[in-house]
Amino acid sequence: MPFISNTKEQQRDMLAEIGCTMDGLFSDIPPHLMSDDFNLPKALTEHQLRNTLAEIADKNYIDLTLFLGGGFYDHFIPAAVYSIISRSEFYTAYTPYQPELSQGTLQAIYEYQSAICRLTGMEAANASLYDGGTGIYEAMMMALRITGRNKVIIEDSVNPIYRVMIDSYTKNLNIQLEQSKCKDGQANRKEIFKKLDNDTAAIILQNPNFFGCIDDFSDIAEAAHKKGALLIVSCYPISLGILKTPAAMGADIVIGEGQSLGMPMSFGGPYLGFMSTRMKYIRKMPGRIVGQTKDRLGRRSFVLTLQAREQHIRRDKATSNICSNEALCALTALVYLSLMGKEGLQETAQLCADKASYAYHKLTAIPGVKPHFKRKWFFNEFVLDLPCEAADVIARLIEKGFAAGFPLSRYYENMENSMLICVTEKRTKQQIGMLAEALEACL
Amino acid sequence: MKLIYEKSVKGRRAVKMGDSDVPTTININSELLRDASAELPQLSELDVVRHFTELSRMNFGVDTNFYPLGSCTMKYNPKVAERIASYPGFAHLHPLLPQLRMGGMLTQGALQVIYEMDIFLREITGMASFTMQPMAGAHGELAGIMIMAAYHRSKGNKKTTVLVPDSAHGTNPASAAIAGYKVVLVPSNDKGVMDVIALKKLLNDEVAGLMLTCPNTLGLFNPHIREICDLIHSVDGLAYYDGANLNAIVGKARPGDFGFDIVHLNLHKTFATPHGGGGPGAGPVGVTEKLVDFLPVSIVIKRSDGTYALEYDRPKSIGYIAPFYGNFAVMLKAYVYILMLGKEGLKEVAENAVLNANYIRVKLDKHYKIAVDRICKHECVFSPSDKMLENGVHAIDVAKTLIDRGFHPPTVYFPTIVKEALMIEPTETESKETIDAFIDAMIEIAELAKTEPEKLKDSPITTPVSRPDETAAAKNLDIAFKE
Repeated sequence: MPFISNTKEQQRDMLAEIGCTMDGLFSDIPPHLMSDDFNLPKALTEHQLRNTLAEIADKNYIDLTLFLGGGFYDHFIPAAVYSIISRSEFYTAYTPYQPELSQGTLQAIYEYQSAICRLTGMEAANASLYDGGTGIYEAMMMALRITGRNKVIIEDSVNPIYRVMIDSYTKNLNIQLEQSKCKDGQANRKEIFKKLDNDTAAIILQNPNFFGCIDDFSDIAEAAHKKGALLIVSCYPISLGILKTPAAMGADIVIGEGQSLGMPMSFGGPYLGFMSTRMKYIRKMPGRIVGQTKDRLGRRSFVLTLQAREQHIRRDKATSNICSNEALCALTALVYLSLMGKEGLQETAQLCADKASYAYHKLTAIPGVKPHFKRKWFFNEFVLDLPCEAADVIARLIEKGFAAGFPLSRYYENMENSMLICVTEKRTKQQIGMLAEALEACL
Repeated sequence: MKLIYEKSVKGRRAVKMGDSDVPTTININSELLRDASAELPQLSELDVVRHFTELSRMNFGVDTNFYPLGSCTMKYNPKVAERIASYPGFAHLHPLLPQLRMGGMLTQGALQVIYEMDIFLREITGMASFTMQPMAGAHGELAGIMIMAAYHRSKGNKKTTVLVPDSAHGTNPASAAIAGYKVVLVPSNDKGVMDVIALKKLLNDEVAGLMLTCPNTLGLFNPHIREICDLIHSVDGLAYYDGANLNAIVGKARPGDFGFDIVHLNLHKTFATPHGGGGPGAGPVGVTEKLVDFLPVSIVIKRSDGTYALEYDRPKSIGYIAPFYGNFAVMLKAYVYILMLGKEGLKEVAENAVLNANYIRVKLDKHYKIAVDRICKHECVFSPSDKMLENGVHAIDVAKTLIDRGFHPPTVYFPTIVKEALMIEPTETESKETIDAFIDAMIEIAELAKTEPEKLKDSPITTPVSRPDETAAAKNLDIAFKE
């Protein structure tokens, strides 16, 4: 079913008007470059297709109780989110190049930019980037442009999944990437200040960090600014329901993974990279930006603005090569934040923190299970040390119906026995109790 | 229309999270908390639903109007794909599960989709293997150029430049530059395609590769494509196929047979996944045999027992360019589309896309100035006639008047090698009736431009706003709402 409207008869009529055969329309392709031998399956009907895909979907295990985060979270999503973003006037449109036909998309992006500013405390946001990882890469490149320097310090408590991405992106570029090693769950001031010099473009930190620990980077921002460097903070937007904003710490560029704002986990995407910054850096920011203006009759209007930064105008001198972004995911985040509202987001963040705290006490009460860090300020994730190999225990917990904990040895040395536990507002006291029982039985 | 923040009423709620079933513990030092809650809207669910419903009605989409935006392939997006992507077995799957011990067995369905998609795309393009990681076309370009760089590093080649045609999408030069290369433009000839003689002059040992769309942004197929790829190979360069225009040849010809080494596809174009108001897309990248080792980590493999697994041990790989497996749900919709079309259906896609474009080309030929007068592929590029321009009617006026006739305008002022360009891509899913109505509107506008040109200057009049002041927007920047 190729979803073609024209009948064979109409196709014949059109060919007659053109004065050509169907083969003739492809006569500009040298015959030896044509192919008639595609080994692809026969077409399925919609009915067959739905059955086939339902069977494939059933091979995925989604009935496990999730205590797994690592930057990607299982949060509650109000039904109205999906209803709204399923309006095809939104999802079958493209980039709002024609503002008269796109005021819906454009106003929504302006409202989204406003929401990201309010959440992070910053002054200016873009219309979205691909995800949290490419967000860090783009923020780093932006800092290089602003400062004209090429050294970047990144803490090892920044999501390791993103750090390996940064390694890939910088391989062919002249960038001096230095890593600092976090200390007892906190940014390692001593090491960072030692590395920080007049060649440093930026320090990249994450809050809460990959281990779930909360920090206040105000002193680091101050030190960075004294040396003419920028502070880039990657953050978890739900946590900003209660946590101190990166802006209040003095951050210059804020990025993060927006998946937690109403997007299902969908095995890795599509997600949302959000980015905000200070107004003074806006001309160095990558990605689309929507601005408010007036039309020829003086009516409130929204348009794509500062397009001279972008690839379709500036080509090889553009601030980024990004074109298609994650617009529908940005809309999702806006709708989610609008439904949760000022109080709902704060309640959700508080519930996450409370339930994680409860789980922390329950699990650390199990003989042999100890908290990894001495300081206990965390948001909704924390690290436990087990008396045996964590990956092994996690595998046994799967058999008991839990996807609980991430084995930190996958990305960190000397953490074979450590696992990262995540608790969102969706987990119940009863599920936490059952996890504690299961974990005790697995040791 | 009011902003959602202007509708906010203190104390109003859409969602309540309910009482906690665990004790509230002060676990976080107050110095680490924010001073005041973020000023998000305070509204009821109905308020929010009505706000966004009203916004949606201020949009044109493929579902509401003909959307012949050149180079964007705005074809119909089958509803069944949306339905399937929302199946809980896909939507609720945590991406870290395969990183747990034996976790791959928890996600066999998802891995099967990725694996089979790889096989389909190899077949469609003639490449040896694909990565699904790139999250958009431009992201695929960057991944492709990183693979190009890794190839040259592995051979000890000192390469500094990437060639792109003067008709290229802006993402091509931007991607090459961001990956660390100098960009050199290759001019087009009077037939609208890359000039082989000019290309020969620009070839030297510094050339890392060439990025090309084929057919190009004028909708023209370059009959010398094989020769061009061979020339690039003669200096140990790589030929990169920008798949933005694959809709013209899908199921009929393969970039691999033309001699390309690296291919990116825009699943949101050729494979009918929705454009989402600007994204998300997906831009898988395929490569020939000699480049397979450089593809990103991880790759899905099928084991001899029929199960699927992720392969992480890829020492020559460029590494991770996305956190996981790309925009999985987008890829899933494209997979669904391919299954539903099958081999024969895909061939009909290209045929009807090309048929519709040529029909428009022939019908508008007398009324507008065609960029290059020959058979086109999936799109055709016109400019207003000299008479229209003499009367002060420009491409933008044609575009804005089309809006009042109920059509989304073509891409305007691109490609830049054509003055006053109107780039029209009808796609295969549109009917003759729709296209005839569009042609009639275009002809009516051309006539009006000759007799009453001033009438076009006030358009559009049927939309919520008309010709917003973009200069003022950039000058008096207002990009976030302040109370």
